[in-house]
Amino acid sequence: MIDCVENRLLTSRRGLLLGGASFAAWAYLPKFARAADGRDPRLIVVILRGALDGLSTVAPVGDPDYAGLHGSIALASDGAHPAIMLDSFFALHPAMPEFARMYRDKHAAVIHAVATPYRDRSHFDGQDVLESGYAGPGRVQSGWLNRALEALPRGERVSSGLAVGPTTPLVLRGNAPTVGWAPVALPQADDDTAMRLVDLYRHRDPALAMALSQGLQLDKVASGDDMKPKGGNQVAQMRQVARGAAKLMAADDGPRIAALAFDGWDTHANEGGPVGRLAFLLGGLDGALAEFESGLGERWRDTVVVVATEFGRTARINGTDGTDHGTATVALLAGGAVKGGRVISDWPGLKLANLYEARDLKPTTDLRSVIKGVLQGQFGLSDRVLAETVFPDSASARPMKGLVA
Amino acid sequence: MARDSQAALVALNRFGFGARGGASGDLINAASDPRGFVKAELSRPNGVLLEAPGLQSTPQLGQAVFAYQDQVKQAREAAAKAGAPTEAPPPQAPSDQKPGLRRNLSLNAAATEIAGQMAEAKPTDSKPADTMAKPDTMQPNMAAPPAAKPAPQPLNVIQKTFRTEALARLQRATLVECGFTERLVVFWSNHFCISASKGELARIWAGAFEREAIRPHVLGRFADMLKAVEQHPAMLFFLDNQQSLGPDSRAGQNRKRGLNENLAREIMELHTLGVGGGYTQEDVTSLARIITGWTFAGRQGGLGTPGSFAFNVNAHQPGPQVLLGRTYEPTGLAQGEAALADIARHPSTANFIATKLVRHLVADDPPQALVARLRDVFAKTDGDLKAMATALVDSDEAWKAPLTKMRSPYDFVVASGRLLARVPEDPGGYLNNLNLLGQPLWSPAGPNGFPDTTAAWAAPEGMKLRLDIAAQMGARLGNNIDPLDLLEFAAADAASIETRRTIERAESRQQALALLLMSPEMQRR
Repeated sequence: MIDCVENRLLTSRRGLLLGGASFAAWAYLPKFARAADGRDPRLIVVILRGALDGLSTVAPVGDPDYAGLHGSIALASDGAHPAIMLDSFFALHPAMPEFARMYRDKHAAVIHAVATPYRDRSHFDGQDVLESGYAGPGRVQSGWLNRALEALPRGERVSSGLAVGPTTPLVLRGNAPTVGWAPVALPQADDDTAMRLVDLYRHRDPALAMALSQGLQLDKVASGDDMKPKGGNQVAQMRQVARGAAKLMAADDGPRIAALAFDGWDTHANEGGPVGRLAFLLGGLDGALAEFESGLGERWRDTVVVVATEFGRTARINGTDGTDHGTATVALLAGGAVKGGRVISDWPGLKLANLYEARDLKPTTDLRSVIKGVLQGQFGLSDRVLAETVFPDSASARPMKGLVA
Repeated sequence: MARDSQAALVALNRFGFGARGGASGDLINAASDPRGFVKAELSRPNGVLLEAPGLQSTPQLGQAVFAYQDQVKQAREAAAKAGAPTEAPPPQAPSDQKPGLRRNLSLNAAATEIAGQMAEAKPTDSKPADTMAKPDTMQPNMAAPPAAKPAPQPLNVIQKTFRTEALARLQRATLVECGFTERLVVFWSNHFCISASKGELARIWAGAFEREAIRPHVLGRFADMLKAVEQHPAMLFFLDNQQSLGPDSRAGQNRKRGLNENLAREIMELHTLGVGGGYTQEDVTSLARIITGWTFAGRQGGLGTPGSFAFNVNAHQPGPQVLLGRTYEPTGLAQGEAALADIARHPSTANFIATKLVRHLVADDPPQALVARLRDVFAKTDGDLKAMATALVDSDEAWKAPLTKMRSPYDFVVASGRLLARVPEDPGGYLNNLNLLGQPLWSPAGPNGFPDTTAAWAAPEGMKLRLDIAAQMGARLGNNIDPLDLLEFAAADAASIETRRTIERAESRQQALALLLMSPEMQRR
């Protein structure tokens, strides 16, 4: 019966794509998008699910304790695959040459020893805190990015949607309407059937009416040929999703604010050093950033990409050449609007006494300060809205100044 | 008893997998005695087991993977000798799609060349080339027009097994009377999930894991299910415990490797106590030490039958361990079993399990009185899951709460198949649709399983895809059925006037079927 999908190949590939990545966007343009100053800011939030090892992404090679703690997977500034020195202390993973180039051009920055207010080590609660913007885990059904959208003046509706896969990431879930798009190979229901169903839902099930109506509006721009997923592997998928997002967001009537999530960063075993599993994933992330840059074209100038993860990993490698759940990690910023070329960090040091609970990099910067700084720089949101609505009860985490050029 | 169609919807959709079409009489039976209809399955615990020709045990399947991997290795070596192009990046890090394709294609070509030599060496498979294709990477590039598509690659033993297991599960779900116990199987399988995407062993073991560790205990004791799950090779592989070595164990000392706390953390966070259930980082590390040595025997069989659970004393951390305030003496395997038994009856576990069950069967925001009652049942019966299920059916809340939960994609495809009275013969369409809708079978993105809330499944893109799938089903099957008959089977007089009118006024039977499958009566439970 349900073996009705004619083209198994296309749909199963799409299933793969959605398994590794998802994204969603706000359904409206910010009203000031075409204001007189010509600035048309764009924001892309990339969530890395599974907890990124910040000490392997931007390695503190100048810290005398780093090499010992990270052991067999530690990066070094020499050897066959040298890490890329960002300054005299921090070195970038060699799998990220594109980010390194952006950094040199002062369009990328690193914030190190950063963490959300969450201090336990559950992925799922950690992601809840990261995405909901609340100080602790809870069953909140809205994300900080969605609440930020509610504070923005709403302009026209975007005519091309992008997103999501069948589910919207929590960071963008909430009252502000979002749109979705996914590269579909399935033959679509005809408009008449769709309209009859929307009509039925309007009478019987308004929530489904709203969801389906939004789902139906999408597409067009994104459905060009090169948007079809090609990748059979995760790296190709990351690039693919980024390319699709960039194409939609580059359009004059395309979305300005989007979120996407990449899975797979939970490197408990055989994490690898300059090459290996994490290197492979970081290469995918690097490729995705490059896709954003090239796909957004002129618009890259006004863009900020925020890359964040729920928490970091243990400073010392575990017994299986990997790292277990930890605390502080890195956040990355990239984009023409970033005041970059800097590693921003109040470095806590890696001496045993300086580690959080004697095992993790100690957080010295609140991730909310970073995100607030970006939201303020890009969209002019006030301290008060940021501290009360977007990140409730976060007045102590002041917006970081000067992140956006 | 008077017929109560509204209660029948609760029995069939909330507890079961939806009414079967045809001559089943499900709706009428459920309407006459809703609670009895649901409870009937609870008195047949053996009915939960799944045995079918072709379904193999975990050790047998593990050995099949080992043999398959050996063959791939031999093929690669043979290809290298023959001077065929060999690009072999490390298995976890294919650098790009194209080299990946080339590698596998050449591998396959080499395999086909030497297939004749291997035909007799293969234990489980009669068609020589079948085991050589690699999942997912063998398909031609999308850019190629469909007309130019080469003949599909034969499936390897891992893919074949996965499909056989999937088909057995789908057939059971389609044929079973109410579907309450099948729903419980799916619930527990998701609670204790593994993901087939972890690797070849996880993929071939996904179905066996459910058959061996979940099904026998769905109407049994939670502690027994917990032990069966945490000692199952699929779980040990999925959460890396086979790599975890006691730092002071002989193997840990020799190999200079040590703990991996992945499984220990998820046992407490996801399987039993729940986050905030009263454990600390110290407890996680302690449990990780306690279960060092829990592994499965490898291809050499040094620890036992290849592919079976094994306790490797050489990898086990020596000495007593303190967990949740209690000291566990060094009794080898029994140390971990004692720890699991205690965790299984911890009050936080009772609360966590009760909450999840009520969320699944009643409402996203679980009524606290019912949670409390189930928690008590769990405590008083020492985790008797049949008693828990019975208490749910006996509760008023489950019958009074409005049917607002969204059917998950798996619920949706199974309920559609049941209503259309079509017994699946090929799992392919189901598996594709589940991929499309974001619930790939036995493959959640993380160890917390698929979400169980309406918000997760009623997203815009998901709804649109459901409609596309329903429209395809309508186009294909609508010709031969009367949608109004189906509406009688599905909801009878519990159907809303609007739904009935929408179906009556549809411009074609095809359209009517699509609209019926998408109606609130079919989407909500």
